[in-house]
Amino acid sequence: MSTTATSPAQAPSGSGRIPGKNGPLALLFNALVVSFMLAPLLIVCVVAFTPENTLTLPRHGLSLRWFKAVFEHPDFVSSFWNSLWLALGSATLSTVLAVPAGLALTRYTFRGRELINALFLSPLIIPHLVLGVALLRLSSLVGAAGSFGFLLLAHALVVTPYVLRLVLASLVGFDRSIEQAALSLGASPWRSFVRVTLPMILPGVSGGWLLAFINSFDEVTLSIFVTSPSTVTLPVRMYMYATESIDPLMAAVSALMVGLTAVAMLVLDRLYGLDKVLVGGHR
Amino acid sequence: MKKPIPWLLSAPALCLFATLLITPLLLTAVLSFNGFDYATGVKEGEYTLAQYTHLFSDSYYLGIFWRTFWVAGLTTLICMVVGAPQAYVLSRMGSPWRSILLLVVLAPLLVSVVVRAFGWSMLLGPEGLINQALMALGLGRVKLLYTEAAVVIALVHVMLPFMVIPVWTSLQKLDPSVEHAAASLQASPFSIVRRIVLPQVMPGILSGSLIVFGLSASSFAIPGLLGGRRLKMVATIVYDEYLHELNWPQGAAVALTLLVANLIVMLSYNRLVERRYQKALG
Repeated sequence: MSTTATSPAQAPSGSGRIPGKNGPLALLFNALVVSFMLAPLLIVCVVAFTPENTLTLPRHGLSLRWFKAVFEHPDFVSSFWNSLWLALGSATLSTVLAVPAGLALTRYTFRGRELINALFLSPLIIPHLVLGVALLRLSSLVGAAGSFGFLLLAHALVVTPYVLRLVLASLVGFDRSIEQAALSLGASPWRSFVRVTLPMILPGVSGGWLLAFINSFDEVTLSIFVTSPSTVTLPVRMYMYATESIDPLMAAVSALMVGLTAVAMLVLDRLYGLDKVLVGGHR
Repeated sequence: MKKPIPWLLSAPALCLFATLLITPLLLTAVLSFNGFDYATGVKEGEYTLAQYTHLFSDSYYLGIFWRTFWVAGLTTLICMVVGAPQAYVLSRMGSPWRSILLLVVLAPLLVSVVVRAFGWSMLLGPEGLINQALMALGLGRVKLLYTEAAVVIALVHVMLPFMVIPVWTSLQKLDPSVEHAAASLQASPFSIVRRIVLPQVMPGILSGSLIVFGLSASSFAIPGLLGGRRLKMVATIVYDEYLHELNWPQGAAVALTLLVANLIVMLSYNRLVERRYQKALG
């Protein structure tokens, strides 16, 4: 290391450790954490293929009998459709609300802007448990307890921050010169929004929509308070089923959920970039 | 109003948030002070502090609050000790492993928490893989499922991404040439991490632990499925009060106490760490 003082560019080469390289211990640690993260998901997917009657690893071949059982279980099927329509509806509604709100928050300075920003992102901080009991109170007061419409509005509320964050991220640093060109060429503000602004922020908007969809589809804590027997969502159904009986049917439903999430993640990756969604440039 | 446009643009979302967020929270705050008896239900227009005095004098509730906070605290601590080094190790990997493994660590975030809780109940159960492995090693069975240990393990699994994300984000802002300079000045790997990396990722660890603590303390599905019927946490007793006991005012009082306690812990922790952090930076 005696010569390194004169050539700082090559400085680390002589030292025992090169920053930016992981040692064997670090790699072992990483392997342990990664297997910890994957273990419960893998076990669910493996056990789902068991031919046995109990929750055991499939030792004597694989079977699809429990997947067949899921599709023949009327409660799970109806809950799946409930969850699907709910996620489609609430993601769409929250996107319709979040895009104009995002425009207002990024393009205008007005009194109360910070407050509104904090309000719109607050469902991320307020526990869903608290929102759930609060919404149960409201829905029973207005006579909408357990209705699908109320559930849809409630989900739209909690997924709006996810859309808003991605919309804000695509609007910050947005080059407005093209928009101004459209306006100066006589386009109406609406036309310039639809033809210029929207296509440019579309990756953020569609990524936000899908993220909202996934979050609505997975939501359980709030939903368990505001669903009724006819509007039970799939995660709520699974929760109730798992508290009462444990058989491979639950593993099969879980494996289907994991599969569905994997597909959604692939699409999300194509639309917006999964790393950007998860790590989030905007926080 | 001088500028109506931004208000018009945010009006639809504001309507939703006013009717479905602010109104129900205020209604619940009022509800928690309403009188109640099991025969007639909620007594509208009658106000009492009974729910809160009950909450703070009954050892049943106090015990559950205490358990919830230590479980959430322990979860936060483990997430810090595991999540921050994991983010650091990942940040020093080469492509493509760096992004692949980052996604593997973060992607469970998008899988329903019920699925993950169920996965853990299979792993930790009396006939689960962990007990089978312990039996094979001749160590004997350990009761994990329906204990605090199971709840903490599953909570760490659910919360770890929330710690990795902010630490990863602050690691991205780190200038690698500072680490190089320290190494060239003969700093040991340990002192590089302690004196250069750690101070710079502290804000990330702080914000991560705030998120982890808040979400753990109010988590419902994990204690519900892995704590079983007897091992109650705050979220599961709120559920019981609302849907089994039908004592909504008491449930509302518990839920709001959780919200306020959460806010107090977060704000004081934030101030404490920020002050120390400023002092450390001079």
